[in-house]
Amino acid sequence: MTPQSSIRDTFFEECEDLLEALAEGLAAMAGGARDTDTVNAVFRAVHSVKGGAGAFAMTDLVAFAHRFETVLDGVRSGTLDLTPEVMHTMQRSADHLADLVEAARNEDVLAADVSEAFLANLDQCLGAEPEALEMGDTPFDFAVIPLDFGDDPAPKEPAGHVIRFRPLQQLYANGHDPALLIAALHGLGPCEVALDLSALPDWEGPDALTPGLGWTLRLAGQESDTALQEIFEFVEGLCELDISPLEDAPAAVDPLPSVAAPPSPAPGPEAPSAAASAALKPDLAAGAESAEARGPKPTLRVDLDRVDRLINSVGELIINQAMIAQRLQDMALASDDDVSLHVEDYRLLARDIQEAVMAIRAQPVKPLFQRMSRILREAAEATGKSARLLTFGENTEVDKTVIERLADPLMHMIRNAVDHGLEGPDARRAAGKDGTGTIRLGAAHRSGSVIITIRDDGAGLNRPRILDIARRKGLVAPDADLADAEIDGLLFLPGFSTASSVSNLSGRGVGLDVVRNAVTALGGRISIASVPGQGTEFTISLPLTLAVMDGMVVSVAGQTMVVPITSILETIRPAPGDLHRVGTDDSLLSIRGRFIPTVDVARSLGFTDPSARADFPLLLLVEGENQSQCALVVDAVHDQRQVVIKGLDSNYGQVPGVSAATVLGDGQIALILDPDAIAAHRASPATSAAPRPPLFHADVHHGQH
Amino acid sequence: MTVKVLAIDDSRTIRSLVQKVMEDAGFDCICAEDGVDGIARFAEVAPDVVITDINMPNMDGYGVISSIRGGEVNQSVPILVLTTESADHLKARARAAGATGWIVKPFDDETIVSVVRRVTGAIG
Repeated sequence: MTPQSSIRDTFFEECEDLLEALAEGLAAMAGGARDTDTVNAVFRAVHSVKGGAGAFAMTDLVAFAHRFETVLDGVRSGTLDLTPEVMHTMQRSADHLADLVEAARNEDVLAADVSEAFLANLDQCLGAEPEALEMGDTPFDFAVIPLDFGDDPAPKEPAGHVIRFRPLQQLYANGHDPALLIAALHGLGPCEVALDLSALPDWEGPDALTPGLGWTLRLAGQESDTALQEIFEFVEGLCELDISPLEDAPAAVDPLPSVAAPPSPAPGPEAPSAAASAALKPDLAAGAESAEARGPKPTLRVDLDRVDRLINSVGELIINQAMIAQRLQDMALASDDDVSLHVEDYRLLARDIQEAVMAIRAQPVKPLFQRMSRILREAAEATGKSARLLTFGENTEVDKTVIERLADPLMHMIRNAVDHGLEGPDARRAAGKDGTGTIRLGAAHRSGSVIITIRDDGAGLNRPRILDIARRKGLVAPDADLADAEIDGLLFLPGFSTASSVSNLSGRGVGLDVVRNAVTALGGRISIASVPGQGTEFTISLPLTLAVMDGMVVSVAGQTMVVPITSILETIRPAPGDLHRVGTDDSLLSIRGRFIPTVDVARSLGFTDPSARADFPLLLLVEGENQSQCALVVDAVHDQRQVVIKGLDSNYGQVPGVSAATVLGDGQIALILDPDAIAAHRASPATSAAPRPPLFHADVHHGQH
Repeated sequence: MTVKVLAIDDSRTIRSLVQKVMEDAGFDCICAEDGVDGIARFAEVAPDVVITDINMPNMDGYGVISSIRGGEVNQSVPILVLTTESADHLKARARAAGATGWIVKPFDDETIVSVVRRVTGAIG
């Protein structure tokens, strides 16, 4: 990686933070915040994006950020009223800015007309004709201040220049050193320097300390004006300066030439600095004060690979600890033995380290939630509905990977909530509701899981219609009698869509089944609740981390396996009368008046011959996708413990029915079962809730590969 | 003696850029994230030149300049401001506050190095 590209990466990383701060600030402003800190933070975010983008000559980004900044500056200085329209334009502009950053990152170019439209919106806010942007045109132009060079330069190259130069006090005060300027002139060519003492003050008078030293320099050689300009660029106005061509000057230098009048009225030595410091004092005081109050916590940016390596090592440490503990147990040491006590300490420490390491990967869901407000705005705009997003629990922390992989499903659900959940403004008012719909997005920790809820205050699910559609699509038998929850569950079936007209929003062929698959792939579950007329709520429950999980250790055909605790509803030792044979080698469990299909794990993974098993010693009732249930047949249940998940995909590829592997305390490798996949191979989800034996029967052989 | 540069900017990108350019030119570069941090670092490292952004949280660039110029130590150190705007009134304001010079972003490597050399007299 070249240094340049690593700084480019830094820029895009920083942009993420800036865009987040921008969205946050704008959201606060939309909520009524007008304090200087908030407005300044918003301005600074856009300003910094522009600054960084300029360094990499990302002209589109610079041009747009510049215009955006102009509007923000107007708001900041109070020349621009923050009307709802301006607020809206700023939020949409923030979205577009994010798009431009993304495009720049991918070295893409966005369609010009889109950018034009956004620029035009900003101009509309300013109520003025588009401002010319000098920066974008000349990205590396070092600004040159035109200096007064006295007479027009002669058409032909002069033989040299005479420079008369006398610093004012502020030149010294601003950290300039005349010697450096003279040295710089020397660098341009042969130079004669004469000290000019003509303006020395009266040492007895009140101006005794006024600087009076001056110099006359005779510079030979055909120096360009630009070179001279550059040398005096910073001191213009801080000195008396006169530069004239040498060509008509006599060869001998007048030792004490009169000093020309200053080219521009020079300010009095004290006046400007006093005024400046007076003006700056409030800034300074306010700055120091707020720094105390809200100094950012120091942070460290670390390559994700390093963290993952650490997490892996900690996983090994946990396993190692478990192995030692098990060995000690086998040795039957007294529980108050020194070694046992130390090992207990070791266990606690290892657990602490593990939690600390997991916390490194954890991130607040805030940025994710903030992105959703954009999705909501776009969806509302596209559907002509009016909607607002309220978020809760934004600081809830979740594993980084979970957050990343949750983005798409969440986006889809927000679109879905606007498109299908909320009614149009008229329908809402007719129902006695606020014309603007509200979507509540919340996150919370609950007993080792993260719960994400998406709730709208729309019309609620239209169950008769859902059932009707499902029947017409053959997803459910025509005479099936389904409970409300079962009807709601139909929404998660592949290819289901309740939108009577396919909008260009949620109707992109992506259904809730995709959302559910994404959630289950993360080891989570999704459920739905709806009250007619009041709205619909989706609840996603996710594990805190993908690296460890709580599992039930079981034996199957002499193999040790792990079943995720989250999917286990209960453990059952069935009485002989509870099992009903269906066909030749399949059984249904009768429990509390319902029939649940059983799955012989050993058989479905190919360990045993179906005929070898006579009875079912133990059943684990598991819930799979879409609340479908099935009972897993196992030989024994050992204990519940936390296991470190080791992926199998890179070594074995996908193994149906097995999600991963782990290493147990005794060093044994155990497969982690995927109850969803096992259940899915047994019964189709739509029918499992209202079982019909012939259907299961027809499915029997699918479970055997 | 290696020239010691103190770069104050709230943008990580700009800090990295300035630092890289300064170090490539053979200068020592110390970075600070905002005005308050910058003033603290200024007292610690006694830089030969300060390069500061204007628009920063906590204390802005003008605050940095007046704090240094009004301070007890090293108060006539050259201070360069980084600005995205080439507008004259901004330069005038920076100069009125006591800035020695300015660098307009986006800057190229040579420009910033030559400006630093110009105000410090440093060769390398």
